[in-house]
Amino acid sequence: MSRTQMTTGAICLAAVVALAFVPMIVDAYHLALAISLLQFTVLATAWGMFSGPTRYVSLATTAFFGVGAYTVAVLGEQLPWSLVLLIAAVIGAVMAVIVGLSTLRLSGVHFVIFTFGLAELVRQIVVWYEVNKTRVLGRYVFVDITQNDIYWQLLALAVIVFGAGWLIARSRFGFALRIIGEDETVARHCGINVTIAKVALFTITATFMTLVGAVMAPRFTYIEPSIAFNATISFEVVIMALLGGAHRLWGPALGAIPLTLLFDFLSARFPSTSTLIMGVVFLLIVYALPSGVVGLWERLKTWRPTASKMRGAQA
Amino acid sequence: MTNAVLTGLVLGGMYALIAMGLTLQYGVARIMNLSYGEFLIGAAFASYWLFTGWALNPLAGLAFVIPVSFGISYLLYRVLLTPLVRRARTRDALEVDSILATFGMMFIVQGIMLTMFGGAYFSYSFLAVPVTVVGEVLALNRLIAFGLAVVVGLALYLTLTRTRIGTSIRAVAVDPIAAQLVAIDVTRTSALAFALGGALVASAGVLISMFLTFSATSGVVFTMKALIVVVMGGVGNLLGCLVAGLALGLSEALVATFIDPGLTLAVNFALFLGVLLVKPAGIFGRAQR
Repeated sequence: MSRTQMTTGAICLAAVVALAFVPMIVDAYHLALAISLLQFTVLATAWGMFSGPTRYVSLATTAFFGVGAYTVAVLGEQLPWSLVLLIAAVIGAVMAVIVGLSTLRLSGVHFVIFTFGLAELVRQIVVWYEVNKTRVLGRYVFVDITQNDIYWQLLALAVIVFGAGWLIARSRFGFALRIIGEDETVARHCGINVTIAKVALFTITATFMTLVGAVMAPRFTYIEPSIAFNATISFEVVIMALLGGAHRLWGPALGAIPLTLLFDFLSARFPSTSTLIMGVVFLLIVYALPSGVVGLWERLKTWRPTASKMRGAQA
Repeated sequence: MTNAVLTGLVLGGMYALIAMGLTLQYGVARIMNLSYGEFLIGAAFASYWLFTGWALNPLAGLAFVIPVSFGISYLLYRVLLTPLVRRARTRDALEVDSILATFGMMFIVQGIMLTMFGGAYFSYSFLAVPVTVVGEVLALNRLIAFGLAVVVGLALYLTLTRTRIGTSIRAVAVDPIAAQLVAIDVTRTSALAFALGGALVASAGVLISMFLTFSATSGVVFTMKALIVVVMGGVGNLLGCLVAGLALGLSEALVATFIDPGLTLAVNFALFLGVLLVKPAGIFGRAQR
């Protein structure tokens, strides 16, 4: 391990330790804000981990988030917390495998269409089941989890997501994914099982999204399908990851922080027009920053030396 | 049973009409338009506004809504989407860009409608008179909507197959690069196809507003159904739209009548996956493009 890697590692460790003490210092409002920040950081990073290298646009974040939240709402009171989280993760993973296997073998369009409707589909099935079988629509979440616990669990999840992303990027699996992203036909000719690689990555990242939903559930107190499967979450996650730049592991986090603050401000100040403003922000990002802040930064970095070289050549 | 089939046919005819516009936008102009349903709802609101505010018959309102939506769609393609087409190096890159751009557009249009009308459900009563067809009672407005959908669909089919401009639209759908070799202005033809799609979805929106309740946020469902029909029928294929649309409408009506009205979306997706597992390019799609 080189010296720069050791310093980076040390800085990351120090940052995590410092972040762990945040709940003891700040008041309730800022703790809630910190929870939102961490929530979207994890969601956007997980989204970028799949959509960055493979370039498949997934619009299903909220489907997994909602499944996680709903699992907690149903099982939270009966089972110990860690077991509930485990079950939520398993359900999310199974759902991701089913969706992945049925759509990722086909072209990207089928995947987009399916993920576009997935949240609505799951919501409809949950409503149907609740109305016809259990006869309750809307559940209260009474579990012994405080805001501080939510914060720490999200922080732990963030560490795991970044750790997983870092390990995947360094592994043969990550290399295979980059080849698939560049050219799928080439990847197939290299002997990579494209479908398995894509489905595996989709499942891993979807499991993280499900876990975020499960961890966040106690914060809602009351959950019904339209709250758990809120389409805005999918939208916000995509725009955050795009602003940051989905092709780097730490890119989406860069987008998640400013946009979480912006949306928090917008929904408080302009509740009726926030959807409209969010749409405009989204378009601005798509048109002006196609590869995100990270892409812009990388372009600037490579642009400077050539410019100075040109000047040198002229002189 | 007869009633379910009739309802399914009417619904399927509407789905086919909606999907025809999208197949033009996606198959010819290569724009995967996720804000498609929002334009349908926009036209429904326009029709509502004309009917309640100006007492204008929705069928006469079509004469106003169609040209306006054609113009808006044309401008949209020229101003917002042409830069993306220019920027994209490959077809896949354009697909990703257009998905993202129209996804943002969906929230903008939805936001505008939410600001103007709020989140409530709207409907108006126009020609809600019962008529008897083969022993079953149906509302007249549904029948008229279905009849007009057939007329519009036929007119589109004839335009595409019998006229010069229709032939050039089909040529761009097959191969936009080779189309340039025979002196077809691809950008203009694409813009035209996109605008035509916008006009079609607006007419569908007016027709649907005559017999369905709608709200500012109900466009997503229509987008989804249109996408499912287009891909199921084979991208760029009008006959595919018709068959897939009718299949979707029929299956929905049958499930809603005999199993549960809450499971229509599940049926849509089941049908979609079922078709794609057998024929990945759609019912009438060519195997490889």
